[in-house]
Amino acid sequence: MKPAPFRYYRARSLLEAIDFLSGPAADGKLLAGGQSLIPLLNLRLARTDALIDLNPISDLSYIRKEGAEIAVGALTRQREMEYSALLAKELPLIAEAMPQIGHPAIRNRGTVGGSLAHADPAAELPCVLTALDGRLVVAGPDGERVIRAEDFFVGLYTTALSHQEILKEVRISLARRPVGWSFVEFARRHGDFALSEVSALLYADEGADRCSSVRVIVGGSVERPLRVASVEKLIQDEVSLGLEGKPLVQLLKQAESYTETEMRSSVATSEDSEYLCHLTGVLVRRALESAILRWRQR
Amino acid sequence: MKAPEPVKLSTEVNGASFQGEVEPRKTLADFLREDAGCTGVHLGCEHGVCGACSVLLDGAVVRSCILLAVQADGSKITTIEGLAEGEKLHPVQQAFLDHHALQCGFCTPGMILATVDFLQRCPRPTETQIREALSGNLCMCTGYVNIVRAVKEAAKQLKQL
Repeated sequence: MKPAPFRYYRARSLLEAIDFLSGPAADGKLLAGGQSLIPLLNLRLARTDALIDLNPISDLSYIRKEGAEIAVGALTRQREMEYSALLAKELPLIAEAMPQIGHPAIRNRGTVGGSLAHADPAAELPCVLTALDGRLVVAGPDGERVIRAEDFFVGLYTTALSHQEILKEVRISLARRPVGWSFVEFARRHGDFALSEVSALLYADEGADRCSSVRVIVGGSVERPLRVASVEKLIQDEVSLGLEGKPLVQLLKQAESYTETEMRSSVATSEDSEYLCHLTGVLVRRALESAILRWRQR
Repeated sequence: MKAPEPVKLSTEVNGASFQGEVEPRKTLADFLREDAGCTGVHLGCEHGVCGACSVLLDGAVVRSCILLAVQADGSKITTIEGLAEGEKLHPVQQAFLDHHALQCGFCTPGMILATVDFLQRCPRPTETQIREALSGNLCMCTGYVNIVRAVKEAAKQLKQL
């Protein structure tokens, strides 16, 4: 249960880290919070010849409002996001998801950038950021570029980052604010990776009775955050503020069954794939219930 | 493969400063046990699941088995050995003792240090909050009931300080 030997490089700036990646540590891995990487190295499920420690880069840890956007530095600890008054006010979906990530000791070290770049499909942040249509600022030897969350997560533990690029910042627009939101997940034990998780966002114009747009993103048992387009359309077309009681229950049941159908083509076949499709349907229903309730209570 | 170069480490463990070199792959837990003599850092799973190796890094609870020793450079670490003041136990330690919140004691240092961090953030916890805060610390013998009682009592005692 000890990592195999590796060389260690302490990066004091983003530029220095990029230089290491393009030079002496070209065979290396980046170390942010290390809450996924170090267990993998300890178990020797992963090996690396070199580690570049990003933690000394102090100017990549911040949560700021810049105009109509929230910018979060890649090395911001998850615990800081959990307790951020700014995020609680501006991006309640993130505030709802943060306490569901691992345990306090994990969130004290785990970073937003590490979780996103690791791209574990069962992690919370990729699902949430995709729902919020966030953008990821990445830096490499040729400068910076911006990638939409939807394009960033390519597959299982795979992102659009090239080997020489480093995730620098996450940006989320506040131009459109949801009237209803919810993040729900299910894990067998509290703090475990979720078997399934759902982010739901409802957008509506001020005083409007219907949604102008809806986002429903599923994570957990799929390879990358998955938009459930049929449910988004259903809610947008059929849900109004006045819809209550039995008709609403029936509609949400329909959303559950649409989800199950979409999941069948996305979940890898296994002995529990039927269960995972069902579970995800139930979670989508619960997320929508809670998002609609919040819309109504505004 | 040639052994990688050792890395300079300057850190403070329970108030005592440590200046030296460590192998990059050495975990913080192994450093604390082997180099700093803090054997109250208990190693259970060694991959960040059981919480037994929890320590405070600059006041925040972390799992020392999934941190590298070199990452503690410039930080202050508190292990269970550093909580009491001489013979006087820390209020959380005293509450665990008074409420029989330990049997074999293996999980106890991690439980206590997680509690210290938790009560700083949440001085008036509900039972649900306590159970959630300690859900990353596994105990195989007490069944948690007395641990929850001890944390409630510790919260009361700390408020009076």
